[in-house]
Amino acid sequence: MNTELLGVVATFIITLAIGIPLGKYISKVFKGEKTILDFMAPLERFIFRICGIDPTKEMNWKQHVAALLSLNLLWFVYAFVMFLFQGSLFLNPDGNPSMSPHLSFNTAASFLVNCNLQDYSGETGVTYLTQLAVLMFLHFVSAATGIAALVVVFKAMREKVTDKLGNFFEIFVKSITRILLPISLVIALLLVFHGTPASFDGKDQLITMQGDTAHISRGPAAGMIAIKHLGTNGGGWFGANSAHPLENPDYFTNMVEVIAQVIIPVALIFALGHYLSRKRLAWVIFGVMTIGVLIFLYPALHAEIKGNPAIAQMGPSSSGGNMEGKEVRFGAPASAYWCILTTVISTGSVNSMHDSFMPVSGCMQLLGMMTNCFYGGNGVGILNYYIFLIIAVFISGLMVGRTPEFLGRKIEAKEMKIATIIALLHPLLILAFTALASFGLVRDPSLPWLNNPGYHGFSEMLYQYTSCSANNGSGFEGLGDNTPFWNITAGFVMLLGRFLPIIGPIAIAGILAQKKYIPESSGTLRTDTGTFGLMTYAVIMIVAALAFFPALTLGPLAEYFSRH
Amino acid sequence: MTSERKKAKTMKLFEGGLVKEALKHAFVKLDPRIMVRNPVMFTVEIGTAVMLLVIVGILFTHTHDQGSLGYNIFIFVVLLLTLLFANFAEAIAEARGKAQAESLRKTREETPAKLIAPVGELRVDEIQVVSSSSLKKGDVFLCETGDIIPTDGEIIEGLATIDESAITGESAPVIREAGGDKSSVTGGTKVLSDRIKVKVTTEPGESFLDKMIALVEGASRQKTPNEIALTILLAAFTLVFIIVCVTLKPFADYAKTPITIAALISLFVCLIPTTIGGLLSAIGIAGMDRALRANVITKSGKAVETAGDIDVLLLDKTGTITIGNRKATNFYPSNGVNAEVFQERAVLASLADETPEGKSIVELAKTLGGKTQASDTLLAEARFVKFTAETRSSGIDMKNGTRIRKGAFDSIRNISEKAGNAFPEETVIKVKEISSNGGTPLVVSENEKVIGVIELQDIIKPGISERFERLRKMGVKTVMVTGDNPLTAKFIAEKAGVDDYIAEAKPEDKMNYIKKEQISGKLVAMMGDGTNDAPALAQADVGVAMNSGTQAAKEAGNMVDLDNDPTKLIEIVEIGKQLLITRGTLTTFSIANDVAKYFAIVPALFIASIPALQHLNIMNLKSPESAILSAVIFNAIIIPILIPLALRGVEYKPIGASALLRRNLLIYGLGGILVPFIGIKIIDLFIGMFF
Repeated sequence: MNTELLGVVATFIITLAIGIPLGKYISKVFKGEKTILDFMAPLERFIFRICGIDPTKEMNWKQHVAALLSLNLLWFVYAFVMFLFQGSLFLNPDGNPSMSPHLSFNTAASFLVNCNLQDYSGETGVTYLTQLAVLMFLHFVSAATGIAALVVVFKAMREKVTDKLGNFFEIFVKSITRILLPISLVIALLLVFHGTPASFDGKDQLITMQGDTAHISRGPAAGMIAIKHLGTNGGGWFGANSAHPLENPDYFTNMVEVIAQVIIPVALIFALGHYLSRKRLAWVIFGVMTIGVLIFLYPALHAEIKGNPAIAQMGPSSSGGNMEGKEVRFGAPASAYWCILTTVISTGSVNSMHDSFMPVSGCMQLLGMMTNCFYGGNGVGILNYYIFLIIAVFISGLMVGRTPEFLGRKIEAKEMKIATIIALLHPLLILAFTALASFGLVRDPSLPWLNNPGYHGFSEMLYQYTSCSANNGSGFEGLGDNTPFWNITAGFVMLLGRFLPIIGPIAIAGILAQKKYIPESSGTLRTDTGTFGLMTYAVIMIVAALAFFPALTLGPLAEYFSRH
Repeated sequence: MTSERKKAKTMKLFEGGLVKEALKHAFVKLDPRIMVRNPVMFTVEIGTAVMLLVIVGILFTHTHDQGSLGYNIFIFVVLLLTLLFANFAEAIAEARGKAQAESLRKTREETPAKLIAPVGELRVDEIQVVSSSSLKKGDVFLCETGDIIPTDGEIIEGLATIDESAITGESAPVIREAGGDKSSVTGGTKVLSDRIKVKVTTEPGESFLDKMIALVEGASRQKTPNEIALTILLAAFTLVFIIVCVTLKPFADYAKTPITIAALISLFVCLIPTTIGGLLSAIGIAGMDRALRANVITKSGKAVETAGDIDVLLLDKTGTITIGNRKATNFYPSNGVNAEVFQERAVLASLADETPEGKSIVELAKTLGGKTQASDTLLAEARFVKFTAETRSSGIDMKNGTRIRKGAFDSIRNISEKAGNAFPEETVIKVKEISSNGGTPLVVSENEKVIGVIELQDIIKPGISERFERLRKMGVKTVMVTGDNPLTAKFIAEKAGVDDYIAEAKPEDKMNYIKKEQISGKLVAMMGDGTNDAPALAQADVGVAMNSGTQAAKEAGNMVDLDNDPTKLIEIVEIGKQLLITRGTLTTFSIANDVAKYFAIVPALFIASIPALQHLNIMNLKSPESAILSAVIFNAIIIPILIPLALRGVEYKPIGASALLRRNLLIYGLGGILVPFIGIKIIDLFIGMFF
């Protein structure tokens, strides 16, 4: 095995080494057990007091949903207004302009929902004020929203029959003070030591070797880059995201960033095991998710390391793999690893240009977002997986001759209705809007949307809506997306793709928690076995991936086969 | 006897007459108003209608951008067949269920009934012979020796022996009498002796059988909760593929690949779960039908479903775990008493004893070769002493003054101690020994002197412990209910292999036990016959009333067992599980089929304009037309191929949930992926000759 591949393996092992104990810690935080960060308690009490929150007041699932939605609505209005007027506000040393209303809408939605699709470029489109007080703020709260929603589901999965599922605000605040804030502080420091800027001085100037004057954008970036990964957000400080040398200076920071974006999703799986005392279940979920990731990762690694046959035909050696759109300091394997990880979880930050990957890798990136539940975003990954779990439980429960039950609760028509609506939503949003865009282009082929014609152009559109619906935020680029059509449709897709899949699992879990608890017997279908894991994987692939087969055929598959 | 009857009842899967009727109904069910109940097949019907329009369009415009006329007609016919096959599956299941129920009902139709009509001021009863179908609830009729009982009712006067073999298949006549738990009679059974007055308990057309027939028929068949949930899942799968197919049109337009309407509809019909969608109602009806074949009438489809989930089974000891009643197994004379003499005395004390225990004492003596026939002169002058609750003993007073008594240990001890006779030590020890072995001791005294003890033992049914083991593997806990003392109960429970027991059970104990289990989330099934069982039958999740039981019991339960067979519960649980498994496996199979169908149709759609996609045609199907036709044909014929499986049900194996899942996933999941690859390829080899 060569060093480049070893680097990928080492990155994954370090992720586990941090993620597993972190899971135990997260479970302790939400169980209210003693942890090393208990010194944050006074700060939390202070927040509760000034906000007038009684953290001991327990809520039912509907109250949780109401709290979650009203908080988010508040932030959305705040962000939208700030972008509209940022040009005339303070902390704008580079003199960047205000955003157009449709771009404001798109950007506010995008960061609110943890998607971080950026139809603007960080250097010129936002100010230091909006970067810090809006974007970075949303990085924290959107990640904490996901974690808090998941913790509510954890509470509902306990054996107790109850409608009391803790206090949303308490869970939310603790997600920030006990998890996100301390860990991003550590990551930010690591980045700063390796050259990421953290300064309020505005653009730097330097004279190039040719004697030209160049202006280098910088700013207080390190903190935002830390939370953008830890929070599976992905919206970077600079336009080029983590391919930018100041955002991701070297191989070490590359490792830090790619680890940072996976540790919370991985840790939350183990947190589930500890919280419910069902460690086996956690390992089976982890196993299914990991196999899911590896099945996407292998073809991508293979294709990128092998390089581009079209370039090889022209003469240049492609021994370093497919290096178009990639950074030399990372190389092909580390970029391939990053591109799959950033798409299966909903980060969407990039350290190389996805548009330039081989068609197979592009297909795997798309599949990563289409399934959207292998690790997945902070909290929401497991919530998405939960939906498929319910469907898998239903079918396999029937297959063993019992009306289906999950963790001691019967799955009936109401739960199935919610689960299927959520499972349907993702293909509906992606396919319907891509169809709309395709229709637009058929009607008026002169629309200046696509950089590439044919299959690749189709992939660009498909990727855009997939990324929005999965709240991923990465772009295939090449798409001229800062237009009213793209800004507005993408904004709606992001909002729907965020909140319905959060409400659905909370509703199902909340309804189930009020049902009679049935103790396990030898006739009960166990959900913590390999067979059941396989069943869940099959359901995910058939429901989430197969629905996209015709679309993928016209995009990356057609491109792939045309080249061979 | 029972097995013979079962064989006779196993109908051929496709009986000529039924098939003809089902074929007719397959067409009737094309009515969209009926079809809309099944969302999956309804969308297929819409697709078929669109194809018809396309054909009409081609006929009028003579254009060829939608493919040739023949090809479009072929697709239309295959889609129509898909619908008819699905309708046929449901119709044949209905026809079988109805036929089964009708054959039971026939016996009781149009039999003459001797209606007792109160007439005149003096209300002198007059007997009118009317047709059984005109009997109304509350009417009273008379039945005498040789009469067929015209309808279900309750005896209000008299006692009769009745031959119930027409319903239960059991040839031994049973005694039914007014009052108490044995007062119920069933229509179609025959009075062998005596005369009874019976009050009609159901309105015509509302007997359990009528209700059952209505359940099987489409009109009043309500979907069960699990069926509803599954229908939602299937509807969701259908919706996904509506989205997939509708959006494919603009995608293809963008890629400048024209897709014909026939191809789009074919893709859609192949992808939606038509296999399970077409068989779903047949599976449900077949489940009730299987129950009926086991001679169990269910009052709702839900009850059968619930039976598969049962966690706890309450079983009466007598008749279920043990054979009928206790039997005498041994004579133990006291010291100094001749064994033969003791045996003779025991027989004498039991001669007039009509209870099964008493008879078994005589039988045992006979098999031991002792004297069992007392001389007539001896008996002629003798006086029999009947068992009373007060003395708790029975026996005989002979002419020569000998008084023989047999009874429970303490009652005989009283007698002997009153007379000043000591109770022999060795017999006390024997009595204790018998009790601790699960037996019942009967002490015999002669002239107030204890002469020995008879051992009565419960005989546990052969093979019953294996059945309990099977239930345990299913995750069902068995509970024995008995009136015995705890010591005896414990012994029998251990010997039979039940998990728990309720000793010295009173009716309210059953109720409390059921409630206790239900509070902890368990589903409980029980069987009962008496009026005092009714509350518990109603409380249980599955309450099976015996047909011989009282009307109250039958109303309270949600199933009625015509055989009065207490082990039937075990069968019912398996029927319930089988029903769910059949649904689950066919759903899995249906959905797994999609993989192959995608690989057949998707390349076929685009190959004309994107030749590179030939690589996706991994089955190497001949042409786009033959690929699409092969896929729709496979999709259609898999429905009739699976009808036998849907009607018979997928076998349940008690091998533990995880092992069962693994097994079914392998057969129906992996099989569901592979079979269509092979099937479509084979069909393509034929179709390819024409297209």
